[in-house]
Amino acid sequence: MADAKITLEQVLHVAKLARLKLSDDEATEMQQQLDAILGYMAGLDALDVTDVPPTFHSIPMDAPLRPDVPERCSDRAETLAQAPESEGGGYAVPVVLEVDS
Amino acid sequence: MSFPWQSGIEIRRDVKSGAASAVEVTRAYLDRAETLNPKLACFLTIDHEGALAAAAQVDRARDAGEALGPLAGVPVAVKDNLCTRGVRTTCASKILGDYVPPYDAHVVEALRASGAVIVGKTNLDEFAMGSSNENSAFGNVANPWALDRAPGGSSGGSACATAAGLVPMALGSDTGGSVRQPAAFCGITAIKPTYGRVSRYGLVAFASSLDQVGPMARSVRETAALLEVIAGHDRRDATSTDRETGTYLAACDRDVKGLRVGVVRDLLDGLQDDDVRRAVERTLAVLEKGGATLVDVALPHAEHAVSVYYLIATAEASSNLARFDGMRYGLRVPGADLNETYTHTRARGFGPEVRRRIMLGTYALSAGYYDAFYLKAQRVRTLIRRDYDTAFERCDVVCTPTTPTPAFALGEKTSDPLEMYLADIFTLPPSLAGLPAISTPCGKSSDGLPIGLQLVAAPFEEELLCAAAQTVEDACGLVDERPPGLG
Repeated sequence: MADAKITLEQVLHVAKLARLKLSDDEATEMQQQLDAILGYMAGLDALDVTDVPPTFHSIPMDAPLRPDVPERCSDRAETLAQAPESEGGGYAVPVVLEVDS
Repeated sequence: MSFPWQSGIEIRRDVKSGAASAVEVTRAYLDRAETLNPKLACFLTIDHEGALAAAAQVDRARDAGEALGPLAGVPVAVKDNLCTRGVRTTCASKILGDYVPPYDAHVVEALRASGAVIVGKTNLDEFAMGSSNENSAFGNVANPWALDRAPGGSSGGSACATAAGLVPMALGSDTGGSVRQPAAFCGITAIKPTYGRVSRYGLVAFASSLDQVGPMARSVRETAALLEVIAGHDRRDATSTDRETGTYLAACDRDVKGLRVGVVRDLLDGLQDDDVRRAVERTLAVLEKGGATLVDVALPHAEHAVSVYYLIATAEASSNLARFDGMRYGLRVPGADLNETYTHTRARGFGPEVRRRIMLGTYALSAGYYDAFYLKAQRVRTLIRRDYDTAFERCDVVCTPTTPTPAFALGEKTSDPLEMYLADIFTLPPSLAGLPAISTPCGKSSDGLPIGLQLVAAPFEEELLCAAAQTVEDACGLVDERPPGLG
């Protein structure tokens, strides 16, 4: 696959970056589909846009400001009720850092 | 018109005069939804209790002589990627299958304040990613005109529910055509407002530089009335504009004599589908006869819109969907450690199309590829915007079909994602340029499927779109046509 736009190895690397787990079959299929899509997108290569500025915001506008006053935020119990696990009024999550004492 | 085909405007009038009670109207639509939903799968949740409570409140307000809002007693469906406090909001994804938001989206608040009765949450492509509704984790929506056809996507549930008379109007969201394309496939009208016109607060984010909430209804007037309710500034969305809103309903009665309609000749001539080309040509002729002037314009970079959109939207999606990590809400599938919990949760929670888009977007943003893909796409986006700037020097609205073909068959494009993406060619360019666009029915195919016309205007010219689309609606005489076999 010398001409592939994206290799299986790259697919597995990107999956890791995106925190997605792909089975072998899924990874193969993903490689083929992304390769076809990126192959189509190679049509952009014909355009020279070196001097064209990018459009990150389609409609130019200034973000309106609001008065800086404290107000109520959402209810803690109602919010935490959606957590897969909570404890003592906070989110309970798997261990992030193992610390040797 | 009588039930279930009366307009939201008629329902509001009857509720206000006392000729109808909001509770009775609501009950009738809830019953119809219960009866037809097994066949159409357009609702993911039907909220009997909430709907009847909201309707009862409208009746009480009327009996007490209080002022009624502009949509008092009107049943409305809401796409299931808009947060509704206390009512499950799934995005048609397993990762949010049991999610009950602790707050309302801005547009949902606006609906409640208008007296509208939210009857339920509609099916969609998972996280609004798709053009056929086949990416829902909870089953396909049918096209009411032909049950084996796609209703379009991603707001397919809202389009189907409206076209089938389960509600007179609905809210959808549009990132690259997701209200316009299903509206075209299901024979109704929908508006994608100017980026910033409607608050995105409480709309579950897909691609933040493109997402807009949009109104959908069986007539232009109802669509305009719904836009009037949801448009306006909201400080909780930093991209929401504080520009004054229009009077969209009144704009429908405006004269469009002298309107300059831009025709993109090479796009029209390139259409493979004769029915679509003929319907658009006929409508253009009718507009011209009504006093509009046809002007040839060009969108030379529109052909790159699919590439540009599927790089930018997926890049933004890969960032936005990073929040679904199984920690604060939604599904958690525990693994041996934190990292494995992330990967297990996301592997189990996301469907194939969402995974594909996260992969593509992550790739386009990754080290070594950012300039070649993401940044390049943003530069070509500028060229697409400039095409419109040039076109609007010569015309007031740019006219194309909404879709290259009428509704395709369910299953026809599912095995080839690229084929599915290419069907979005007409709706993507205005999205990338942030422009307002409307789709309204302009004809029927030889086998009786609806065909949609898309009109695009300069930023914040939604009133002009309403006026022009009303002219098309009046000329085409399709507004009272109903899908067969649904009663």
